[in-house]
Amino acid sequence: MSYSPPVYGPKPWLQRNWDARAAMNFMCGGAGSGLLIASAVFDWAGTMPWVWLTGLALIGLGLAAVWLEIGRKLRFLNVFLNRRSSWMTREAWIAAMVFACGLLAWWLVAPVWRALAAISALAFVYAQARILTAAKGIPAWRERRLVPLIVITGLVEGLGLLLLLARDATPVGVAPAFILALPLRWVFWTRYHQRVVPTLARRAQDALRAVSKLGLWAGTALPMLLMVLPIIWPPLTLPAFMLAGFLGLATGLGFKFALVRRAAYNQGFSLPHLPKRGRE
Amino acid sequence: MTRWVMVADLRRCIGCQTCTASCRQANATPVGVQWRRVLDMEFGEYPEVKRAFVPVGCQHCSDPPCMEVCPTTATRQRPDGLVTIDYDLCIGCAYCAVACPYQARYRSDEPAYAYDEAIPAETVRLDPKRLGVATKCTFCVDRIDQGLARGLKPGVDPEATPACVNACISKALSFGDRDDPQSNINQLLAENQYFRMHEELDTDPGFYYLWDAR
Repeated sequence: MSYSPPVYGPKPWLQRNWDARAAMNFMCGGAGSGLLIASAVFDWAGTMPWVWLTGLALIGLGLAAVWLEIGRKLRFLNVFLNRRSSWMTREAWIAAMVFACGLLAWWLVAPVWRALAAISALAFVYAQARILTAAKGIPAWRERRLVPLIVITGLVEGLGLLLLLARDATPVGVAPAFILALPLRWVFWTRYHQRVVPTLARRAQDALRAVSKLGLWAGTALPMLLMVLPIIWPPLTLPAFMLAGFLGLATGLGFKFALVRRAAYNQGFSLPHLPKRGRE
Repeated sequence: MTRWVMVADLRRCIGCQTCTASCRQANATPVGVQWRRVLDMEFGEYPEVKRAFVPVGCQHCSDPPCMEVCPTTATRQRPDGLVTIDYDLCIGCAYCAVACPYQARYRSDEPAYAYDEAIPAETVRLDPKRLGVATKCTFCVDRIDQGLARGLKPGVDPEATPACVNACISKALSFGDRDDPQSNINQLLAENQYFRMHEELDTDPGFYYLWDAR
């Protein structure tokens, strides 16, 4: 009897180490960072301090959620110890910089601190992406194409959130940036999807394919349509922009939740050869 | 240099789980935590069915992804290749658990007993340091170190050899120094065809599976 297929082993199963609290860190951290970046770029004078504080609060909420998940909560400061190789440590240091610069920017209303906070926020969302790609045990995470996807998703979420929060005081430039960022996110999503999804466990594929459909129609096509709708009918500007912003935000959050909770199957165990016993 | 590795002969393993039981006894792991597991795999369809029993656990990789991601430096690697966890530093973030491609790491937040209440042995051997932190197979590092201090040879002398290897009733498990050309491990690897799990991930695991003679 010959066993020609190269790999044998049990089917992968969903990881249970990181639950919704960990997912919240990526969801809130990305959206908060994106909001800080968008706010710093398009409202450099700091006319909407509540928007700025919302960005900081979201990052804090994500970190608080992940703090609730760790086993030894009183030792949380140990997270700062491995700058040499751990992206989780780097994320923690960068988060400290985001809060220091962000609070100074809010207190002093100084553009230089806003710029520094925005750069730190960009580094924060990048660190979050690298946290995922360093997790070699989860095939859906360890792909490097995830890095630009997570970063652009954070930016789209931030722009969407700014459209939602600023309402009729939306700064000039936010809408065009949002219109540009939406298809860019779709491009990075497609690059990731094409490379990774066919290699995953069936249920992980199903989870990401469902997100993909939603991402195309509700996360890209519909918001873009809503953003250009006011050209035809200007009275619809505010509701159209707010709905588009909500859709951009919600689909980004949904993607990250699916990635961390639903597509996070390990690769199981695999045997390239079966044992040969007796007279086989 | 020394590089401690383990060899599992898949032709010999009968899936009796004695290694699992001895590991649990030697290391006092709680219910649900098996640092040395034996997977029972079945392939094909009747009547062309084949079965394999596969011992798994921490592979003590040369390039361990768990150590790279650990934010606290609790996970470290000794010069002899053993990957260790400092329970006093670990915060139980479980990042190492999702980084490990071998599902070798556990985190128990509460004591777990075989019955509703702890039996005396479980009470005596409960280690509060291990609650809320990552744990995994250590290759019985204490036995190795104590054995070496007494001039014994790990993999040859039972007192210096991991408990699972000592307990294996079919001699499917072996332990030794990969860097010693004369070691029992290198003899086995020279005489047999072998593979390592998930080699494509470049973790250089220290766990070899024999599957056929050369």
